[in-house]
Amino acid sequence: MKVLVAVKRVIDPNVKVRVKADESGVETANVKMAMNPFDEIGVEEAIRMREAGTADEVVAVSIGAQQVQETIRTALAMGADRGIHVNTDETIQPLAAAKLLKAVIEKEQPQVVILGKQAVDDDAGQTGQMLAALLGWSQATFASKIALGDGEAEVTREIDGGLEVIKAKLPMVVTTDLRLNEPRYASLPNIMKAKKKPIEEMTPADLGVDPAPRLTLVKVVEPPKRHAGIIVETVAELVDKLKNEAKVI
Amino acid sequence: MGILVLAEHNNAELKPATLNTVTAARAIGDDIHVLVAGEGCGAIADAAAKIDGVSKVLVADAPEYGHQLAENVANLIVGLADGYSHILAPHTTSGKNILPRAAALLDLQQVSDITAVVSEDTFERPIYAGNGVATVQSSDAKKLVTVRITAFDPAAEEGGSAAIEQVASAGDAGLTSFLRAEVSSSERPELTSAKIIISGGRGMQSGENFAMLEKIADKLGAAVGASRAAVDAGYVPNDYQVGQTGKIVAPDLYIAVGLSGAIQHLAGMKDSKVIVAINKDEEAPIFQVADYGIVGDLFDVVPALEAELDKQS
Repeated sequence: MKVLVAVKRVIDPNVKVRVKADESGVETANVKMAMNPFDEIGVEEAIRMREAGTADEVVAVSIGAQQVQETIRTALAMGADRGIHVNTDETIQPLAAAKLLKAVIEKEQPQVVILGKQAVDDDAGQTGQMLAALLGWSQATFASKIALGDGEAEVTREIDGGLEVIKAKLPMVVTTDLRLNEPRYASLPNIMKAKKKPIEEMTPADLGVDPAPRLTLVKVVEPPKRHAGIIVETVAELVDKLKNEAKVI
Repeated sequence: MGILVLAEHNNAELKPATLNTVTAARAIGDDIHVLVAGEGCGAIADAAAKIDGVSKVLVADAPEYGHQLAENVANLIVGLADGYSHILAPHTTSGKNILPRAAALLDLQQVSDITAVVSEDTFERPIYAGNGVATVQSSDAKKLVTVRITAFDPAAEEGGSAAIEQVASAGDAGLTSFLRAEVSSSERPELTSAKIIISGGRGMQSGENFAMLEKIADKLGAAVGASRAAVDAGYVPNDYQVGQTGKIVAPDLYIAVGLSGAIQHLAGMKDSKVIVAINKDEEAPIFQVADYGIVGDLFDVVPALEAELDKQS
């Protein structure tokens, strides 16, 4: 069984993101980039499936400009077998990403496709669900546990208020939540080995997909700022302030 | 053309998130319909019909909607979409699961997690954990939108008298099935609708120590939350998580205990009316957003707070 995992290059989540002065977006020049953290969890899960013998090949796919190959290399260094790079300079919104991934999946025929539940740049949280829709496949979002069976899987999902377990027919699309696993670090020998693993390049035109954005970004501004309040010395003073000044208890 | 709002419910209770989503719909236009997809959900439909500003309630009552499986509910929405200019759902785990699937089937680019309506095709939404607020304009013929519930006041639960109309099921897609739920049973309010929240971070040091916060929560009628660090450390379940990748909350009072205030956590709670920080590190970023701070060891401060609440009550 083949597992395909989608990985996105985003601003490193530990970097303080700055809005550009002309309100056209956020500053990305000379900013440290990284793999979207939820996609790392996806790569880890796919590799564990191969290590457990339920999967025999892990393919990592990324969409974007030439630099996303660095992100694919990271997935290869973690243990993915090969990469696919859909090369485009276009701004890719979730629907376009889902259409491009669908075209790749029709060529690759995986049984399980894993994506992060959201990317920490646009925080849209749509691509996995959209991909499942376009393929007509089962979807298991916000997964914290995946148990693969014969032609189906039991997936535990993180929902508001607790957990839910569903049975999904294969092929399926899964999106990862935090507790699914703890991704490994790539070892130096594996980073070296990853350099020799193949990355196949293709374009949206090769895949017959028009990736033009549907949403126009009008502007990006800084959020309203909160200001630091006061430090109180005692718990009695705090309770008094909450009761009589803020009137919230 | 009207606006369709997907009701959030569990067949027993209409969730408050529906009310906030109706308010977002009213900021876009009139003629608001609510879709109740469920099993044995007649009482939910009755409750939805009373929401102020709702003109019609559509009910699809069938076993395949009993557990809000995305494949089935999305197909239902697609079948009803023709009559609507906008389809809205709350940006909850259920709305997030269902609406993008419907959007892709309709070849529409959804707008997620809106915090303001600028016009019928233009919306504000946070990006990068709330470090930026983007204004986006949709060129699609129909707008599918999920709504950040803390950004819109709840619509009044009474005052409406909408007509209730049964709609046919779109059938069972047969792709997924519900096996079981493990829902946290708690007498405390839900995080996203609580007026007061007390949250712990890595400084709590263990899951057992969260009992200290629970005691205070019970005195204040509060919900208990946590930072991602505390969830990652295994102290509490993931559904406690407040932040960019967890729940977005905006209570009247948010008490952050032993929690440094990483940007991803602030993204989930900085719209709270009043923030209290208890931390031994006076340099912790949480103090930059807190209205009231106490610098001290939480293992001294929290029990003292509990005693003080008893004294002053």
